[in-house]
This record gives sequence, structure tokens and C-alpha cells, in this order.
Amino acid sequence: MKTLYILTALGVIAMLAEMFRFKKFLLPIVLIGLLGAIASSVKDWNTNIHYYNYMMTFDNFAILFTIVLCATAFLWFMMSQNFLDSDPIAIGSSKTDHYALVLFALCGGMIMVSYSNMVMLFLGIEILSIPMYVLAGSRKDSLSSNEASLKYFLMGAFATGFLLFGIALIYGATGTFDLKTLSYFISSSATVPTWKVSGAEPLLYAGILMMLIGLCFKISAVPFHFWAPDVYTGAPTPVTAFMATIVKTAAFAAFLRLFFTCFSGMGSVWMNTIWVLAALTILLGNITAVYQTSVKRMLAYSSISHAGYMLLAILAMNDHSLGSVLFYAAAYSVATIGAFTVLSIIENHQATRNQQPATVTFETLSGLAKQNKFLSFAMTISMLSLAGIPPLAGFFGKYYIFTSALQSGYVWLVLIAVLGSLIGVYYYFRIIIKMYSPSLTDLQAQPTAVEEKGELLSFAEVGWDLRIVLILTILLALLLGIFPDFIIRLI
Amino acid sequence: MSTIQSIPIANYILLSTVLFCIGVLGVLFRRNAIVIFMSVELMLNAVNLLLVAFSSYWNDPAGQVFVFFVMVVAAAEVAVGLAILVMIYRNTGSTDIDVLNKLKG
Repeated sequence: MKTLYILTALGVIAMLAEMFRFKKFLLPIVLIGLLGAIASSVKDWNTNIHYYNYMMTFDNFAILFTIVLCATAFLWFMMSQNFLDSDPIAIGSSKTDHYALVLFALCGGMIMVSYSNMVMLFLGIEILSIPMYVLAGSRKDSLSSNEASLKYFLMGAFATGFLLFGIALIYGATGTFDLKTLSYFISSSATVPTWKVSGAEPLLYAGILMMLIGLCFKISAVPFHFWAPDVYTGAPTPVTAFMATIVKTAAFAAFLRLFFTCFSGMGSVWMNTIWVLAALTILLGNITAVYQTSVKRMLAYSSISHAGYMLLAILAMNDHSLGSVLFYAAAYSVATIGAFTVLSIIENHQATRNQQPATVTFETLSGLAKQNKFLSFAMTISMLSLAGIPPLAGFFGKYYIFTSALQSGYVWLVLIAVLGSLIGVYYYFRIIIKMYSPSLTDLQAQPTAVEEKGELLSFAEVGWDLRIVLILTILLALLLGIFPDFIIRLI
Repeated sequence: MSTIQSIPIANYILLSTVLFCIGVLGVLFRRNAIVIFMSVELMLNAVNLLLVAFSSYWNDPAGQVFVFFVMVVAAAEVAVGLAILVMIYRNTGSTDIDVLNKLKG
């Protein structure tokens, strides 16, 4: 619980920084605060304390996901200095506002991983989402940023409507918002007939499915994914990185918590639906990603397909699901932060040179290895981890999720997932091959063409903070891959 | 027995489901962003009605407290949503969502 206080206080401090003129020290304060937040949640390990009449429960599940969220936020704050300090594209962007919005969104994420009452689930989702709507539109004069913001807002509010209607129906069937009472009600509904009103089951079933729809919007599972590619492409790249990592991790944790603790007794109602959703998400996400030209849009589709893999763990519903989702979320977040860091460095480089927003396509990446070995190496590691190549974290994430799904007997779905990751290997490797192959301008070897492409992106241009982030993501991807048992045994 | 309880619960469920569906259809088929906002609000208010009806049915105040939370969040959402809309209107001079078609692929 102290973690939540620390994060809220950090958000308030960030807003005060403008007034009391300590903007310069804001980044160190926030980074130290995040480390403090991680430390304070580690201290709560194995305590299982309830707060506010069972509104929130800090069990080990909540603590581990909080640590993943805070650690990702730590990396995010370091990678997005360009965006926070002086966005070359936005006009009149305010640094402290961005800090505060992100920190409050993080609070929402923390509530989403630790709720034990439907009220807190709803509030957590909204506290996370509302700052994200603003952040997505933080480039006020860019039409694509505007569009991303509006789309995200409309779809988010629409999804919230479904989620709320589901909650209301479940409340109608059971008379409670509390997850514990609810799970007792659901698991014992067959044996204690006095508990329920006759004819209440349809309400409960409809409620569960409505909540499923609402949450699927949030994790962008097919067919509720159509907003995601547009929003991810239109939002400023660091904001996209935040949405793809922290928002997705928190939404998955919320999903898992709800269906694992609460609705597991009624698997027959929703399991088939999730089966179909997972298969569709994996296939459509991966296949559409192949046809993209913009790297950011490709990463958006790849993030949709990763949501599909994580749905497998929810479906599996056994002892390993929690650990595997946690590991997958951590591995995926680290690799995605790495990829988006490289992307935003290249974008910034182009934008400051051309004085206009840049879209990084596969062609832009060609020959990157020649210009900057470090960037291309970091990108390669991220791509390999996302593709799931053995020594890296992504491989063990997939491995654990697939084995836990196999143990529960979902052979066909695992086959679809393996097929999907094979398609994934194709488009992730396309980036790597592009980076290490000579660019068109190199082949023509015309000096004018090189000049048109602009000066090269040298190693010195990558700031210290960004270098540290990239080194950290590389190390984490390797460490998580080499010692995967360490995390998976915690849950 | 209060007035709200004298009407059978099924009527409330039916009414709020109809209101909710009108909201959903509005979001899906209207092209003006402000009308879409209103439709979303209609969805949320359908939920509020349902929550209050169930709250009275179960004699449990929790549902009514939830309604307050929904109202607060809806107000916050409208504030942010209208701000986004004003921003878009300044840039495009329109609130039609078909004007926004930059992001395709």
C-alpha cells in the first residue's frame, strides 16, 4: 500500500516542480521514488494485507506485477527524456504535466493489479486510461496524434460502458461487488440453492461475457483490436511504448485476477469464447503485421499478437498460469521498451533534421548497422526476444505459456500459437536483415544521395540515459533468459 | 416498500438494456464526435439506472455508492473528451470523425 502512496506523492511532486522550480531534479527524484516504490512493495512480500474493507489486497501476485510495472516505468522514464524535456515536434509541451500524468497512470495500473472489489477494478482502469487519452494527444498540432487521442478515448469509453454493464449485471445476479464473496457464490451456487434467486444465472452469464468484452477491448484482442494499430501509430513513440508495456501488463493482470479468482468456477461460460479470441488474435495479429511498412505499426500488430499468447495462459487456468503470464509480461515489456527506444532515437534524429515528424519504415532502417552498431545490436536483441529465440527472455516466456496450455490440454490452440510465432519470426527478422544489409544509398554510392539521406546517426548522438536504457534492456533480456526459474518460482 | 421497489425488477433490466443498446448503436453509427460522446454517456447512465434498481432490489447500498463513482469518472471522462474535441476542432474545423483519416494501413 505504501507503494501506492509513494507513486501518488511522486505525481503531486511532479506537478509542484513547475511551481517551485526544481524541474531539473525531477528525473532523479522520480527514479529514486520508483526504486523506493519497488523496495516498499518487496517489503510487503507474503503479508497478504487487505485495505479499505477488502477493496484492495496486496498478495504476492499484486506485488510481483507492481514490481514489473514500476521497473518498466523506471526504464520508460529514462528512455523518454527526449519526449519529456523538449519534444522536437510538439509545441509548448510541458514536462511536468507529462511526468504527473504518467505517474498517475501508473497508480491506476497498480490499483488494477491489486483490486479485490469490482469498484476498484473500474476505478483502476479509469485512472490508468484517462491520463493515457491525454498523453496520446500530447502533440496538439499533429493531426495523427489528435486522431489517436480521439480514437483511444472513444474506444476506451465504449469499452468501459461494456465493462460497467457487465459489473451491474453480475451485481444484480449476486448482490455483491466483492471478488471473494463472488467467487464463493459462483463456486457454491450448485450446492447452496438458497443463496441465489431463481433465474439469476442468465444475468450472471451475460455479465461475465460483457466484462470479457470490456477487458478484451483494453488488452486489444481480436476482434476488439481495431483501435490499437491506429492509436499506437498516431501517439508519440514514447507514449506508444508506455501503452504497449505498462497498460497492457496492467490490463492482463486485471484480466487474470478477475477470471482466475472469481470466474474460474464457471469456465464453461467463457472458456470457448477465449479459445476463439486467442486463436483469432494470434493469427490475425501476426499475419497483418507481415504486411506493414511502418515499423511502429508493425510493432502495434505484434503487440496484439502477444496479447493472444498471454490469453493462452488465462485459458490454461492451472498452477503455472500466473507465473507464466508474469514472466511473459516482464520479458515482453523489456523487449518492447528496447525496440521503442531505438525507434524513438531514430525518429528524433530524423525529426530534428527535417523539422517535421518522421515515420520510420523498413527502408529507413536499412543500413543502420553501418551507421551505429550499438543501436542495431540493441534492436536485434529486442527483436530476437520478441520472436522467441532460445537464449533470450522471450523464448522462455513462450515456452512457459505453451507448456501450461498443453498441460491443460489445449493442443490445437498451442499448435496455432506456434504457427503464429513462426510467422512472427519472419517479420522480426525482416527488421534485423534490413539493418544489417547495405542501404540503397550505399549501393548507389552517390555522395549526393547520402547527403539527401542526411548525416549519419552516430554513437555519440545517443544520450547517456538512452545508452543506459538500451544496455539495461539487453542485460535484462539475457538475464531473464538465462535464469528464467528465478521469477517463475516466486508465484 | 418504496416506489422504486413496487415495479418488478425485470422492467428495470429491460429499460436499461434498451437504453444501453441505443447508446451502443449511437456510438457505432453516428459520425459526429459530440453525438458519440452523448451515446457513451447514455450507456453509462443505463448502467447507473441498472445499478440503482439492483441496489434497491438487494437492499444493499453498495450499488448506489458505485453509481457515484461512475458519475465522477464519467464527468472526468467528459472533461478530457471535450478537451480532445476542442483540440481537434481547432486543427480541422470540424467535429466529424470521418475528417480524421490520417492513420490507415
